Amino acid sequence: MQAWICVVTSEAARLSRRWAPAQVSRFKPLVFLLCLYPVFRWFYLAFSIEGLGANPPEYLIRSTGIWAIVMLWLTLCVTPVRRLLKQPALVGVRRMLGLFSFFYTALHVLGWAYWERGWSLWEMALDIVQRTFIWVGVLATVPMLLLALTSTRGWMRRLGSGWQRLHASIYAIALLSVWHFWLVRSGKVDYREPVIYGVILAVILGGRFFLRRP
Amino acid sequence: MARFRIPQIPASEITPEAVWAERRNWLKQAIALGALGATTPAAWGARGPDSAMPALPGTSNAEYSVIDKPTEWGDITGYNNFYEFGTGKSDPQRHAHRMQTDPWAVEVEGEVLKPRKFDIDELRKLAPMEERVYRLRCVEAWSMVIPWVGYPLSELLRRVEPTGNARYVTFETALQPDAMPGVSRRILDWPYVEALRIDEAMHPLTLLVFGLYGKVLPNQNGAPLRLAVPWKYGFKSGKSIVRIRLVEAMPRSSWMVAAPTEYGFYANVNPDVPHPRWSQATERRIGDHLFAPRVKTRMYNGYGEQVASMYAGMDLRRDF
Repeated sequence: MQAWICVVTSEAARLSRRWAPAQVSRFKPLVFLLCLYPVFRWFYLAFSIEGLGANPPEYLIRSTGIWAIVMLWLTLCVTPVRRLLKQPALVGVRRMLGLFSFFYTALHVLGWAYWERGWSLWEMALDIVQRTFIWVGVLATVPMLLLALTSTRGWMRRLGSGWQRLHASIYAIALLSVWHFWLVRSGKVDYREPVIYGVILAVILGGRFFLRRP
Repeated sequence: MARFRIPQIPASEITPEAVWAERRNWLKQAIALGALGATTPAAWGARGPDSAMPALPGTSNAEYSVIDKPTEWGDITGYNNFYEFGTGKSDPQRHAHRMQTDPWAVEVEGEVLKPRKFDIDELRKLAPMEERVYRLRCVEAWSMVIPWVGYPLSELLRRVEPTGNARYVTFETALQPDAMPGVSRRILDWPYVEALRIDEAMHPLTLLVFGLYGKVLPNQNGAPLRLAVPWKYGFKSGKSIVRIRLVEAMPRSSWMVAAPTEYGFYANVNPDVPHPRWSQATERRIGDHLFAPRVKTRMYNGYGEQVASMYAGMDLRRDF
């Protein structure tokens, strides 16, 4: 009897330590601001002594690309972190992180379209056809656009179980992103950064594997 | 032989007066609004050369100078490809001060009648210093306009009397592993080697450079001496040269060894032959406004009138 009460109380205590979805939601404005950090930083740098460096378009295209990857990795971190902390409600910030990854990807693509291709659709098409790393980037961006569009509650309902399957393409997008980064650096023969991002991705995905669903 | 002339600027490239006047109006308004004062004091800070650098004046050679506005000192010395110091654009500025440039000597050897070692002081006095404003077009599709100080490489080569077998010239960059964090990694086959055909090396435009903006060349720009070959992509202009060798067979440059499909021996600026990973049709002029359009790249970087004859009959798609 006493043992049984003990089990019940500890179970109750465990549940009470779990954050409610509403509690997680309260932090969302803060997460939103943190995710905007790169934007604040670009503006800060643009008006600082150093400016955005000697080649600001190049800097912004690279920086947006890096932050798109960072946000994508953070999105992928949500599940392992939920399991590690035993806080399932953390899923509440996942969509926002994913949409921020899309936001920086969109800036990255717009930066390329404007600064590299001068808004010319013909030039963009040529670039996509002629250059493998652009092509790989497109392969990653198009499904990402699809995921962003279907990220609403309405689309989750409409797609039902198909939503999960569609959104599993985030793994393919992540791999394509690393490949894209690798190809970008292949001319410099300096693969340190893509390798680092690749290793972090492997750790995140590995964490998902080792921290099975409870 | 005809005297070399800098090509005239095509009328299409001259800013129409109306546009110019409008820009001025816009600027005046912006100043009136105080907007400029509040937003861009910074970018304009590093325009002049570093006053701490020792002077190295040269007589201005207008005939060999372009009239484009020179790139700011801060950009020329802060945005470099000098992989010995790292592959990041700011790595050379961060690390190059550790490079030992004094004492310095250059070995000139190979197919020459008078091979010998030249001390840097002797090289600085070998011929009168000229200032020439050259365009520099990087293979990465950005460009600068740089006031170099130096004299034609031919002045040095003539003194060692190349033999009839001297068909190519290689330039070897210094290798100082203690000062060069980049060389601990096998990015390239160090030391960095570049090469020119003998007629390219003897061409009056090919400049042996000792200074920048009337100052001694900063280390990150290739001190104490480097080449400037303005009609070729920047990587052809070897920096911090310690050895010049005249040879008979076409040498393989460091980039030809590292990425043979991407970099050929000639590397002449050519808007019609794209790099395998990007177009060479346009370039970003460093220092331009963030929203300024890209500049059209010109054949031989605009020096075609002087150099095109050297490549007559060659297939420039094959010999890229």
